[in-house]
Amino acid sequence: MTLRRISHARSGDKGTTINISLIAYDARDYPRLARHVTADRVKARFAAIVSGDVVRYELPAIGALNFVLSGVDGGGVTRTLALDAHGKSLSMALLEMEIPDDDQ
Amino acid sequence: MKTIRIGCGAGFSGDRIEPAVELATHGDLDYLIFECLAERTIALAQQAKARDPRGGYDPWLRERLTAVLPVCAARGISIVTNMGAANPLAAADVVADVARALGLAGLRIATVTGDDVVDLVIASRLVVVESGEPVEALGDRLVSANAYIGAEPIVSALAQGANVVITGRVADPSLFVAPLVHAFGWRFDDWPALGRATLVGHLLECAGQVTGGYFADPGCKDVDGLERLGFPIAEVPEHGPVTVTKVKGSGGRVTPTTCKEQLLYEIHDPSAYLTPDVVADFSHVHIVDAGDDRVSLDGASGRTRPDQLKVAIGYRDGYVGEGQISYAGPGAMRRGELAARIVRERLRAAGIAAADIHCDLIGVNALFAARSERLPTDRAEPCEVRVRVAARTPSVEAAARVGREVEALYTNGPAGGGGATASVREVLSMATTFVPRALVACAVRYEVI
Repeated sequence: MTLRRISHARSGDKGTTINISLIAYDARDYPRLARHVTADRVKARFAAIVSGDVVRYELPAIGALNFVLSGVDGGGVTRTLALDAHGKSLSMALLEMEIPDDDQ
Repeated sequence: MKTIRIGCGAGFSGDRIEPAVELATHGDLDYLIFECLAERTIALAQQAKARDPRGGYDPWLRERLTAVLPVCAARGISIVTNMGAANPLAAADVVADVARALGLAGLRIATVTGDDVVDLVIASRLVVVESGEPVEALGDRLVSANAYIGAEPIVSALAQGANVVITGRVADPSLFVAPLVHAFGWRFDDWPALGRATLVGHLLECAGQVTGGYFADPGCKDVDGLERLGFPIAEVPEHGPVTVTKVKGSGGRVTPTTCKEQLLYEIHDPSAYLTPDVVADFSHVHIVDAGDDRVSLDGASGRTRPDQLKVAIGYRDGYVGEGQISYAGPGAMRRGELAARIVRERLRAAGIAAADIHCDLIGVNALFAARSERLPTDRAEPCEVRVRVAARTPSVEAAARVGREVEALYTNGPAGGGGATASVREVLSMATTFVPRALVACAVRYEVI
């Protein structure tokens, strides 16, 4: 199944750094997110547009992860030639990631 | 226990005005905040001021204040806004002008200045973080340098009885921190209180983004009444949980899910959110649904504020030319790809470096570049595509060439191209430096209508 089944997300930018939050609808699903959605997997997913590190912050109190992607290609909001200069659509690209169905 | 009610009437310069009027009229507010200054907006405003010394403030200032001032004055709601942008003093004159036209005698307007630090960053030979070179190396490309100032001068203005406070570059949450500090008499080293106030500011500063805007995903996250989305209100007691809500009957929703998304919006390390007022810690915030579009948040804290203020530097960084054209029907995608290839080659022949040319097929790969490789196999061909070519150039003439080459596809490209558009924009890039806070001298000007 995709992450969209159990979680929601929002992305925002600060210059050449983009953050994407990933939030479980039901706090009981937070451990699954924490187990399967690693910084490495997120880095691999966005490899085409992000050259720098991906750092993951954990917020168990609200059942959320926060991914910070640095080194966004194109030099950030003001310089990039990309249509979505702010990376606002990237939250949906993360929600399309697959995780195992049967892992509770 | 006293509870302060703060509303946010705008989350960016071009935001809708009707929800602010709704908030002022029905929100039972003490303060109405307008956050209208994105990072780059101030550089654009500085350019406007360079063209006209009386300009450089928010373009919607007159319209917005004309709409909200009568009801705010009647109900004793104080306004705090960064709509002064690059020219807070001229903006205050506009507010005074609006107030006189509305017959609002006795209105007290305060203007905060001091964020413009162009001379300071050059004289101090401050270094640009991104390039490692002194700011002055930008030469005549330098457009603006504005320090993110904190809540203190706004608190002074409110203490003097200001009804409207106009600022330039202030850290967004500080616009909200200031009224809370003023109302509760907190000290500027009460870090937990400032961290809690910063949480309020952070949740509200994007206005509709916490009440159901930037959120709806039909079937997964439904939002009713988005067309008449209401803006947020925070109810803040001196201690304990804060409540986020909105005007009853307005569109949108306030739930733990909307608040969680906004809590992490544009946040990096949630335990260290740096502002001029405090290093806020949101990592232990917990959220409780109080029902009926009311959400309670508790657990924010803070530590000693940074010694230095962040400075946003704006500089001219060449031009971007862009052109778009659409192809539809059978073979649309292959004709779109052919069109993009043709324009790319023609621009390279015209001397634009390949690395500075970017082609998208909108509807296919413009947003999720990472997926474009596998799209043709896992999805039926789109019934139409829009080709977008953008290129970065040093001159405005070269930038115009991009759109011209796309338009030339009508008669010099694949079959059936339609709806070509072309545009050119100057690039204003942003960079960062840091300045010791003691060097930034803020001042407050008062005037009574």
